[in-house]
Amino acid sequence: MSINLALLVVIGVLVACGVTLVLERSLTRILVGFVLIGNGINLLFLVSSGPAGRAPIVGLGAGPMSDPLPQAMALTAIVITLGVTAFGLALAYRAWQLTGHDDVQDDLEDDLIRRRADLDATSATFEESDETLPDEDGTDVLPDEDGADVLPDEDGSDVAGAEPLS
Amino acid sequence: MNQIVLLPMILPLLGAGLCLMFGRSARAQRAISVVVLSAVVATAVVLLVEADRDGPVTVTVAGWPADLGINLVADRLSALMLLVSTFVTLCVLLYSFGQGIAEFGRESPLSVFHPTFLVLSAGVSNAFLAGDLFNLFVGFEVLLASSYVLITLGGTEARVRAGTIYIIVSLISSALFLIAIACVYAATGTVSLAALAERMGDLPDSVQVLLQLLLLTTFCIKAAVFPLSAWLPDSYPTAPAPVTAVFAGLLTKVGIYAIIRTQTLLFPDSPLGDLLLWAAILTMLVGILGAVAQSDLKRVLSFTLVSHIGFMLFGVALANPLGLAGAVFYIAHHITVQTTLFLVVGLVEYRTGTTNTDKLGGLARHAPILAVMFFVPAMNLAGIPPLSGFLGKLALIQGGVADGGALAYAAIAASLVTSLLTLYAIAKVWSRAFWQPADSDLEPSRGGAGSMHGRGGVSTKTKVESRWQSFAREQRLPLPMALPTVALVLASTALTIAAGPLFSFTERAADELHDRTPYVEAVLGNTVQDGGR
Repeated sequence: MSINLALLVVIGVLVACGVTLVLERSLTRILVGFVLIGNGINLLFLVSSGPAGRAPIVGLGAGPMSDPLPQAMALTAIVITLGVTAFGLALAYRAWQLTGHDDVQDDLEDDLIRRRADLDATSATFEESDETLPDEDGTDVLPDEDGADVLPDEDGSDVAGAEPLS
Repeated sequence: MNQIVLLPMILPLLGAGLCLMFGRSARAQRAISVVVLSAVVATAVVLLVEADRDGPVTVTVAGWPADLGINLVADRLSALMLLVSTFVTLCVLLYSFGQGIAEFGRESPLSVFHPTFLVLSAGVSNAFLAGDLFNLFVGFEVLLASSYVLITLGGTEARVRAGTIYIIVSLISSALFLIAIACVYAATGTVSLAALAERMGDLPDSVQVLLQLLLLTTFCIKAAVFPLSAWLPDSYPTAPAPVTAVFAGLLTKVGIYAIIRTQTLLFPDSPLGDLLLWAAILTMLVGILGAVAQSDLKRVLSFTLVSHIGFMLFGVALANPLGLAGAVFYIAHHITVQTTLFLVVGLVEYRTGTTNTDKLGGLARHAPILAVMFFVPAMNLAGIPPLSGFLGKLALIQGGVADGGALAYAAIAASLVTSLLTLYAIAKVWSRAFWQPADSDLEPSRGGAGSMHGRGGVSTKTKVESRWQSFAREQRLPLPMALPTVALVLASTALTIAAGPLFSFTERAADELHDRTPYVEAVLGNTVQDGGR
């Protein structure tokens, strides 16, 4: 099977542009990138259906015709891409309504853990095991309160919550 | 009679349409959803019995030749997955009624929930029954599209943020899947799994490996296998409890199912077994280390979910019948247990207004029934001996020993370490949320907590205060939410009692998968009789 080089180049360019856009932060650009990738894939289906210029379907087994199956698949893929893109745009609009931008944001909890690691702060459980050593109670609270400025949710409650155990 | 294979897709879709028609009446929607899903569960039972007795049940839609048209196939694996998934979906639906009465009405548009939930069920069933790659893709898209709606339900800021990441990752995996399908079609001229099983072996090895890698990458994103798993613990916890529960139970398992199906049927002598074993080892270890670091109940569970996907992948990667049987058993066990745990955590959240273990405490004393409901499936997840989690892990380890390779032994070691760490993560959560005394000393430290953990607007200060009042009032759990959870707890425990018959069933399923001919003959043989070829 000989393959149409022009189509392949177009597919490559479309997908490459799409990937570049998907790596952006803004949801709208990501969606544009996804649409480009989707179009590249639809062309890929055309490539897989064989050479161009043949007749459409003319009944089973009557002379050379272009393969209708990849076209049906491409149509389905187009419909799905359309629906999902519409939902994505609605989501981008909603994000803009709520936050004033549509940037994809990082995970808050991940961020907390990362900051805790950067600060070399003790995690909640670490303290709990520390609590079994009775004479460390006093010294333990001090570094904790330093951290409390940066991580308001973790520290105070840990000490208070763990103390009754000892 | 074979036509009943169509019902698990058609009934929920019809039901979804009816639900939209009766959008004004919550009661009518509930009735329709329950009737539809019960019917699907009944269908799944019939399919299971038939597939076990007479071999795969197949339907070729519209009478096209099997390698061109759409096939639906229910073999033992599909039927078992279908039964477990629809049963769990039904329980979660009943649970959501309780939550709908209790709190959905305020925050989320209830009229959208039921139709979307039914479409999700249709998509999952379609993926399990699909006999060709493209129909599998359509099944994935149907379940993903409805999961997009469910994960952003209500459109609050936290859900939009988490949902965006989930949707982008899913879009990328869908695009990859389409590329894989186009390449498979270009290489073989068919997308029917049964026809592919015959033709794939004729391709050059390098092309086979390329296609296999494309498909595996796609499915590993969906199943949240380690290097591709980072999206899951971020996006699942913010959704409403029933939604998280059904996602955790089903969606990743659909990915694992697709991996099992393609690995056994298309690439039986795969050169990538070692790669999969590495992925399994890393998924187990990295996932569980994540769980240990978390302090939020839902996030701990999400990370254990990622970690235990590694167990299933371990079984698949071994590719011997014992490993496969263990993996299938483990999937059935894990769907029920993980869903149950998320529902129980939903109850905890309902009861106390938070799932953060830094703020929770004393639940064992204040809500003993809830504590038992958490404890039993949690121990089951960790794999404490008599329970089904232990049996599944044992089967996997036996499969690993039967394999005998160095890497298989490494995977066995990793699975044992992971089990211990799961126990550690669960015990940590248990002692903090359930045993740690809940005294009023905690109250003053709550100052800025709401802003950091205010996911879904739950733990604002007023909520926290009312939580402590509710502790004092010994508030009862709402029965419509508690009963389905109890049913699932019992079902997941019943898997232990029924482990003998279930395991011999999964062994038969694994033999069937390993053998390949029953599946291929059931699909392709059918059309020869019809004269389609």
